[in-house]
Amino acid sequence: MSQHLVPATERFAARTAGMTASEIRALFAVASRPEVVSLAGGMPNLAALPMDALAGEVADLVAREGHVALQYGSAQGRPELREQICEVMALEGIRADPDDVVVTVGSQMALDLVTRIYCDPGDVVLAEGPSYVGALGSFAAYQARVVHVAMDAHGLVPSLLRAALETVRPRPKFLYTVPTFHNPAGVTLSVERRAEVLAICREYGVAVVEDNPYGLLGFSGHTYPALRSLDRDVVYLGSFSKTFAAGLRVGWALVPPAVRDRLVLAAESATLCPPSFTQMLVSRYLAAHDWRSQVKTYTEAYRDRRDAMLRALETYLPPGCTWNVPDGGFYVWLTVPEGVDTKAMLPRAVTARVAYASGTGFYADGLGSRQLRLSYCYPSPERITEGVRRLAGVLAAELDVLHTFGNPARPAVGRGPQAPSPSTP
Amino acid sequence: MSDPASLGPTAGVAVPASTDGRPARRPHGVAGERTVAVLAGGISHEREVSLHSGRRLAAALRGVGLDVREWDVDGALVDHLRADPPDAVAIALHGGEGENGSVQAVLELLGVPFVGTPARACRRAWDKPTAKAELARAGLDTPDWIALPHTTFRALGAQAVLDAMVDRLGLPLMLKPDQGGSALGAQVVSNRAELPAAMVSCLAYADTVLAEQFVSGVEVAVTVVEDEGAPRALPAVEVEAKGGVYDYTARYTPGAAHFHCPARIDAATAATLADVALAAHQLLGLRDVSRTDAVVDAAGRVQILEVNVSPGLTDTSLLPTAAAAAGLDLGHLYARLVDRAVARCFT
Repeated sequence: MSQHLVPATERFAARTAGMTASEIRALFAVASRPEVVSLAGGMPNLAALPMDALAGEVADLVAREGHVALQYGSAQGRPELREQICEVMALEGIRADPDDVVVTVGSQMALDLVTRIYCDPGDVVLAEGPSYVGALGSFAAYQARVVHVAMDAHGLVPSLLRAALETVRPRPKFLYTVPTFHNPAGVTLSVERRAEVLAICREYGVAVVEDNPYGLLGFSGHTYPALRSLDRDVVYLGSFSKTFAAGLRVGWALVPPAVRDRLVLAAESATLCPPSFTQMLVSRYLAAHDWRSQVKTYTEAYRDRRDAMLRALETYLPPGCTWNVPDGGFYVWLTVPEGVDTKAMLPRAVTARVAYASGTGFYADGLGSRQLRLSYCYPSPERITEGVRRLAGVLAAELDVLHTFGNPARPAVGRGPQAPSPSTP
Repeated sequence: MSDPASLGPTAGVAVPASTDGRPARRPHGVAGERTVAVLAGGISHEREVSLHSGRRLAAALRGVGLDVREWDVDGALVDHLRADPPDAVAIALHGGEGENGSVQAVLELLGVPFVGTPARACRRAWDKPTAKAELARAGLDTPDWIALPHTTFRALGAQAVLDAMVDRLGLPLMLKPDQGGSALGAQVVSNRAELPAAMVSCLAYADTVLAEQFVSGVEVAVTVVEDEGAPRALPAVEVEAKGGVYDYTARYTPGAAHFHCPARIDAATAATLADVALAAHQLLGLRDVSRTDAVVDAAGRVQILEVNVSPGLTDTSLLPTAAAAAGLDLGHLYARLVDRAVARCFT
């Protein structure tokens, strides 16, 4: 008798081929242990939220409006919240009609739905290189092919975007971009380039999907004009995860009217409707609390953490490392000395009780082995300093081993998802 | 199922109840169901796997009526063991302190009965070169090997040592960290040019590399249990990795490897395999449960790859597959091992 376990696996769709167990991802399990300084995750810091006041809002919401909050709602989202979302977007220069806003379960769901609407298997999506790992996951799930366009200190490089549009076939369906305080690269598309990128995409007939979860978290006290503020055809994705609370899973898409109806139907087939309860809580929070001050408080905390990380990088890292100075958001993108493979080095880091996200997870094409992403959003400044100190020791030990073996060229290590899950600290 | 009236002062608190309505959690020492603490997690590279093993084991033990706590190995463990002493501990830790004898030594120190191999034997089995040397000395076959720390390569010059290694072991060869499981850091190296890079990757997991002759053949795993007293071997599980390599992804992605149980080998080989696993279990001083991974080579010889003191218990692990093939419920099996652990403490 021969026993075959889990025969259901034989019936899986081809698009699940990349959804496998991963040696690298498993290593992040230790990030939740207090001994480990995790610079790997992207969890927002909620320490500054007024929990008592929110508890009152939740109690009042259930007591007064429970019959609505606990009921199905509109697939497009509650009208009151969509109006408030337009006020939030106005801070980055966007003038929008609430009718064109679709509320989703986090902007991740909006991204998934937009990809569902635009991409057949084999279609091409352009994305910055590196790019947000959650977007790469969505594109892979719809079997879209990602072609990366490189960035420099001022964001996406327009000439490279043009070159890609000239050469890549089939013609890309859209450009996916995080123009402001990029995840993972930490850079921002300069104001001058914004119009240029939009013009190029318009010229080649390629849609633009702008993902902007960090736009209000700038450290210099100003915002950048959203791409959507310059071009009404941009598909814009927004989120309350970083400005209020990630656990509520409230995000949105602002789309041109021609896209909207299809997006609403796609959303309906995915979830019927976004949760009324969390939408109403966000509405109450925006209406009754000084949420702009809360965002300022968040931003100040993130700036302190960024400063701690930059100081530690200057103090501890060995020669040959380079990094950007982010002016907002959560991340520093670090390039390590030649020969080091950050994915292969991760187990050494875990042994030394520090975790980071290795660079290859942010590329669909295998690049990024010399890069890693460091998050400063969650740990305290003291822990960040200690984490970077440990990372420096890990790099020194890795360089020592590399030197022993003559800096060999490195093959790819491991399979499956390479980046930490959302619940990684 | 539960009768609120019988819960008395604890009513209103979520207290799981057994089928006869008694509160499931009972003070230590009161006659009745056994209390077991399942240890899982830890801070090794295999924490994720261990958490899966622990949850599966805890559910299996609850399923047969035991009162189970699930504890991580952290600063709170000793306090837990003192404040809420279980009848026995079941270790579902993989890698590091859960397999190298450290946790076992602490349990021995505190006088807590536990399922599994004593601390000293754990240390011996955990270190792969040490275990292989013992197996070879006793005449059991294990692929030829060399274990060297990074410092030796650095001091003597890596290229010359690697050349000598390849001369001795041939290609392809297997590289593994000298300690640890789940195939983490393990690689098949097919040509000399790949070897330096593979060494660097392997040394990210441990300071010492175990290089082994690569043996192709039928990959099998034999679980040995002592639930009925004397050690007995469960049917061998044959592993057929879809991609050809039974690496981490193949181990923990359902469907990425096919298991054949019993293995597709003849009866004589199966008998030899069982004997070899039992011999390894006894030779290394293992107790209660172990898993021996081996290859049946082209000549029909059984070559031991490694011996595990804390076999994986996840949904895609080998021990649960073997137990199922033998008609054993995982919960009943481990409950009997718990009984043995408790009895040991009173003899």
